[in-house]
Amino acid sequence: MSEGGDNVLEIKHMTKLFNVRRTFAESMRGSSAGKVHAVDDVTFSVKKGQIFGLAGESGSGKTTILRTALMLTRPTSGSVIYAGKDLALMKRGELKKYRTKIQVVFQDPYESVNPRMTIFDIVAEGLFVNRLTRSREEAVEMVAKALNDVQLIPPEDYLYRYPHELSGGQRQRVAIARALVLGPDLILADEPVSMLDVSIRAEVLNVLLAVREKKKISILMVTHDLALCKDMVDELAIMYLGQIVESGPAQEVVSAPYHPYTHALAAAIPVPDPEAPKIKVLARGEIPTNITPPPGCRFHPRCLFAQAICSETQPLLEEVAPGRLVACHFAKEAHESFAKGLDGPAGKLEVQ
Amino acid sequence: MYYSTAAGDVKAVDGLTFQMEQREVLGIVGESGCGKSSLAITLLKLLPTNAKILEGKVMLDGTDLVPMSDAEVRRKVRWTKIAMVPQGAMNALNPVFRVGDQIAESMTVHGAASKSEARTKTDELLRLVGVDPSRGRHYPHEFSGGMKQRAMIAMSLALSPEILIADEPTTALDVIVQAGIVKLLLSIKDEFGTSILLISHDLALVAQMSDRTAIMYGGKFVEFGSSKDVYGSPLHPYTLGLVGAFADIRKPRRALVAIPGAPPNLIDPPQGCRFNPRCQYAKAICREKEPELLEATKGHSVACHFWQEIQTQGGARQ
Repeated sequence: MSEGGDNVLEIKHMTKLFNVRRTFAESMRGSSAGKVHAVDDVTFSVKKGQIFGLAGESGSGKTTILRTALMLTRPTSGSVIYAGKDLALMKRGELKKYRTKIQVVFQDPYESVNPRMTIFDIVAEGLFVNRLTRSREEAVEMVAKALNDVQLIPPEDYLYRYPHELSGGQRQRVAIARALVLGPDLILADEPVSMLDVSIRAEVLNVLLAVREKKKISILMVTHDLALCKDMVDELAIMYLGQIVESGPAQEVVSAPYHPYTHALAAAIPVPDPEAPKIKVLARGEIPTNITPPPGCRFHPRCLFAQAICSETQPLLEEVAPGRLVACHFAKEAHESFAKGLDGPAGKLEVQ
Repeated sequence: MYYSTAAGDVKAVDGLTFQMEQREVLGIVGESGCGKSSLAITLLKLLPTNAKILEGKVMLDGTDLVPMSDAEVRRKVRWTKIAMVPQGAMNALNPVFRVGDQIAESMTVHGAASKSEARTKTDELLRLVGVDPSRGRHYPHEFSGGMKQRAMIAMSLALSPEILIADEPTTALDVIVQAGIVKLLLSIKDEFGTSILLISHDLALVAQMSDRTAIMYGGKFVEFGSSKDVYGSPLHPYTLGLVGAFADIRKPRRALVAIPGAPPNLIDPPQGCRFNPRCQYAKAICREKEPELLEATKGHSVACHFWQEIQTQGGARQ
């Protein structure tokens, strides 16, 4: 790898705006079309063998980042760099090769695998499309190896079955095998277990962990589940309305957050213990529209720590402790309050 | 309650017995296909045509709902005594009518209020669930997911039911919004004394809300007791497995353990204990004899042949 160092994927100052269609009346008046600020100046990198998590509520731009990393949609500005090369400058042929190196696992295994294809056909399709093999024997061998890697053992039992014969967890593992068979450097996983039952989630997660361990494949995982991030993810970035508001080692971010939004997310997650403290609502209202995001800090209308400056100046993502980046004017104050067991600045209590 | 299908009868709800008390949240935890939603629609007798109640009673204030005719249930029970916040409530609103009109309709249709009374009551209900009453004039697409869910809760409360059945009330909502809905449901229980039957796959959500919890597997209760007992000292291997597979935000990083296998096919459930093919404690008897739900300690029942062994081991584990 050239200048990329040990980074598999780098996202640099990526911004993605979507146009909002104007109504007929608006276009007659000549008013300008609104833009959805799906992703706004996001920078991060995924290292070799790392599991990087992107967490946030719906509408925070997590999935748009994944789509852009696959060049399914081009960024409005900024760049996606794979192994030191900017994807936007790649030729079509080069991009096609890149796409085998970055593979994706979707959220819903009931929709992402074709019900009319056998497991072999599903997993082998990419091999034939990308001309990685021409012989069927070789393909069978490669598919069997991939099925083995995702614990569908013995593979011969699964090759000629159809998806409806498999459980949700097994289907999701077929989707992972489909990604693995092409020998990727990075797997993009979009909420890989949110559609699965609790008792079989772990089997899919453990397969992903084993793949990382054995093959040093990096994983960029999008999820809304902070508890899961703590158990799965190495490096975590919390997103809010298209921006990263906090990032750092997953366990630290979840258990000792700096940003009031991270704290609000963590405090809203129920724990399986009726004796534990009850969940709390620590953000006012709901996530606002990202067509005209709030000025200053985008979280300020919902934040318990907000002061005048928050509605005026946008806080920058800065390092507040080794490896910990936060975009908040009052990060230190907030962090200290949380450490003392307070949810807001002194005197302010729970919303609602 | 069984569903007839071409492949045979699906034994969706099989031999359940429980009572609900006033001002109580009873939580039912189970995975998809374990029969929890079937239980909900059985209680309301909202059964599809291929479903049949083979035996059993649904007693409400001393009357059995099972022999009642559909019209009678509609007049006497649904909405007035037992209301339901359905699964995917966000899509339960009719997109072409104003939200406020839909809430008012639930009252006028049941003849509980005149049009103008219903309108006033709607405003009150919306305020109660934390939605600005002026939003009643808006259409569902103008509401966010959390607000639609609040509107559905307002509608379910329109005729002051004694029991609210909440089937996965927060699925597909963001966590902070979910926390708001949880607070709302609990405040309704405290204020009106409404009992809530909470149905969810989310172990933690049920722990937060319920006074008592039933763990359901393959159409049956496998463990039932006060939430404190069920979560504090689980006795059934399935409950233990669920706890081990669940990501808990308070705990330090750990490996999650899956329960091997998949939930049973209820057309042809396994012989003996329905959990035995996935159970690490299973012995010969588990494949032959189905364990009954028996009281292990006061108010805490479990359906397992080996709960005592598990209790001693589980004690050591914790």
